[in-house]
Amino acid sequence: MRELAYYEAKFEALDEIMSGDERVHLINGTFMSLSPHRHVYQNLQKKFKERIFSPPISELGFCGLATGAAMAGLRPIVDLSTGSFIYEAWPQVANEAANAYSMSGGQTRVPVVFHLFHGLRGGGAAQHSGSPQAMLWNVPGLEIVIPSSPRDVKGLLKSAVASDNPTIFVDHTRLLEIRGEVADNDKPIPFGVADIKRVGSDVTLVATSYTVQVALQAAEKLAKDGIEVEVVDPRTLVPFDLVTILSSVEKTHRVIIADETHQSCGVAAEIAARIAETGFDKLKAPIRRVSTLDVPVPYSPGLEAHIGPSEARIMDAVRAALA
Amino acid sequence: MFVIRHFEENLVGLHGKGVFGGHYHLYVGQEATGVPALACLDADDYLFTTHRNHGHLLARGAEPKKLFAEILGRVDGLNKGKGGSFHSVAPGLGFLHSSGVVAGIIPLSTGTAYASKAQKNGRLTVCLFGDGSLEEGAAPEAFNIASLLKLPVLFLCENNGKYGEGRAVAAAQSGSMAAYPLTDLPKAYKIPAQQIDGIDAGLVHATISEAVEKIRRGEGPQFVEAQTVRYPGSATNWPTVPAPTDTTLAWDVSQVPENAREWYRSADPLLVYVRELVEANQAKREEIAALESQVKSAIAAAVDFAVNSPYPKPEEAERDFFAKSPL
Repeated sequence: MRELAYYEAKFEALDEIMSGDERVHLINGTFMSLSPHRHVYQNLQKKFKERIFSPPISELGFCGLATGAAMAGLRPIVDLSTGSFIYEAWPQVANEAANAYSMSGGQTRVPVVFHLFHGLRGGGAAQHSGSPQAMLWNVPGLEIVIPSSPRDVKGLLKSAVASDNPTIFVDHTRLLEIRGEVADNDKPIPFGVADIKRVGSDVTLVATSYTVQVALQAAEKLAKDGIEVEVVDPRTLVPFDLVTILSSVEKTHRVIIADETHQSCGVAAEIAARIAETGFDKLKAPIRRVSTLDVPVPYSPGLEAHIGPSEARIMDAVRAALA
Repeated sequence: MFVIRHFEENLVGLHGKGVFGGHYHLYVGQEATGVPALACLDADDYLFTTHRNHGHLLARGAEPKKLFAEILGRVDGLNKGKGGSFHSVAPGLGFLHSSGVVAGIIPLSTGTAYASKAQKNGRLTVCLFGDGSLEEGAAPEAFNIASLLKLPVLFLCENNGKYGEGRAVAAAQSGSMAAYPLTDLPKAYKIPAQQIDGIDAGLVHATISEAVEKIRRGEGPQFVEAQTVRYPGSATNWPTVPAPTDTTLAWDVSQVPENAREWYRSADPLLVYVRELVEANQAKREEIAALESQVKSAIAAAVDFAVNSPYPKPEEAERDFFAKSPL
């Protein structure tokens, strides 16, 4: 099977999606953040000039435009670039797009994708390192997709555009250079199907986005000490595949959840609650969260590294669960 | 105009009896804006409206019984009881989404217009909002985008507080809006904008027809501010009916409570229109009275339908908040 960089798989998906469906328009951004691989986006810009709109710096305005266009039958993909910028568009995303289908009594569909780069990116400081997916998970009506590998970004992006619901596509700049296998004839990856990224028998480590990669590295190190960690990647938060996680817990009886949202009311908190509610009898140790500490993200490299779900913190949590 | 007026007055009565509980907003006093303006549109055009949507939906042909049922939270409502007064829609009539968030629809209206342009289908979008919407940042962001892209959208601002009973004043700075006239705002983004008397049905029709034509010719967005005088029944937080409408009021307002009398005498667009028709010999008083009586009966039947429509089953609350996706 061929190997691709994450950004290559993502752009292959965008290219195939746009070639196959005239309703798809790209709005704002480059889908690359500050990555040096700008030429990939420029290729798309040339090929699909008529269907790419570079709007003014008006997140509220262009997220509303995309939502309205989706109501009228287009399938826009909006790049909010830095995840924290979605706060500028909150009324349109959380109060218009998310509610339209339900409050119209199931009549108005909003097939829009809001793409963003979340999380600690190295020097992003407090205003450019946000992980808004936890807040968005508290808004019924939004699907939330959060890939962690080249194969997943391609398959999930295809499903996100095919979805008839507003979908938040949560990306991470630290994933862009990750390499991995991607099949030639890969199919869309359905929502709500978790992926076991590493098989293990001692501890279940649920991780999302870039933290999946950190978790895999931690798991390799722990394996040298004879600890076999099973890494489970939910891949979508909405819908959420609790079944796969619970069957892993049935085997390991121990769970760590590692994720870059802030700890309080974060993604790890919600996953922990769901596991505890239905899988409490399977647990032999308390569920542990490795989240970003509850402080605004500081700038200096050492400070930033200190608050995130690092390899060291994940390994400590795994060891604590087995102690 | 009669349908809207008697719909709204009946709604106040239903709320008074406790038949529904949510907040709601009346279109009374603005009929001569919405009715002629919407008559200028094609069947497949898009419309976005706000919490003050009843008049727009009815003017476009929504069934009063289904709108009543929606506001009463019943299964036969336009949105099956999921939306209520604020969010009533009728996709078949072009109303895809009605937002109760001030200015929420203004960016959305640029979206349907953007789609129409991409799909080259000639469909126009009309965005109907109140003067307060211009206080939100969403308005200028959307004006900027609409103007840059020359989108086929008509921004129809219904200023129902010409003399400042609402938020913006027609011709002066108000406590909530430094810019005046309001048309200065769209004009800053190079959107042609004009202020008109929203009580004058003929003027509204002529102005909107012309604006719609320009948009269809590809000239880009247009902005019209239609000014009306706030209905005294909308003066308080919860609507009231100072005097039930009857065509006889067109010539004699002595039965109207004194504090509301001036509005019925000079600013009620329905009564103004009735007088115009009679004075121009286009209709006789008795003919208009007969028509009004028919409308009253039809509205009574619609109320009856809605009151007897069942509430949705509680478990419906957990259904239909996601569209079924193909995967």
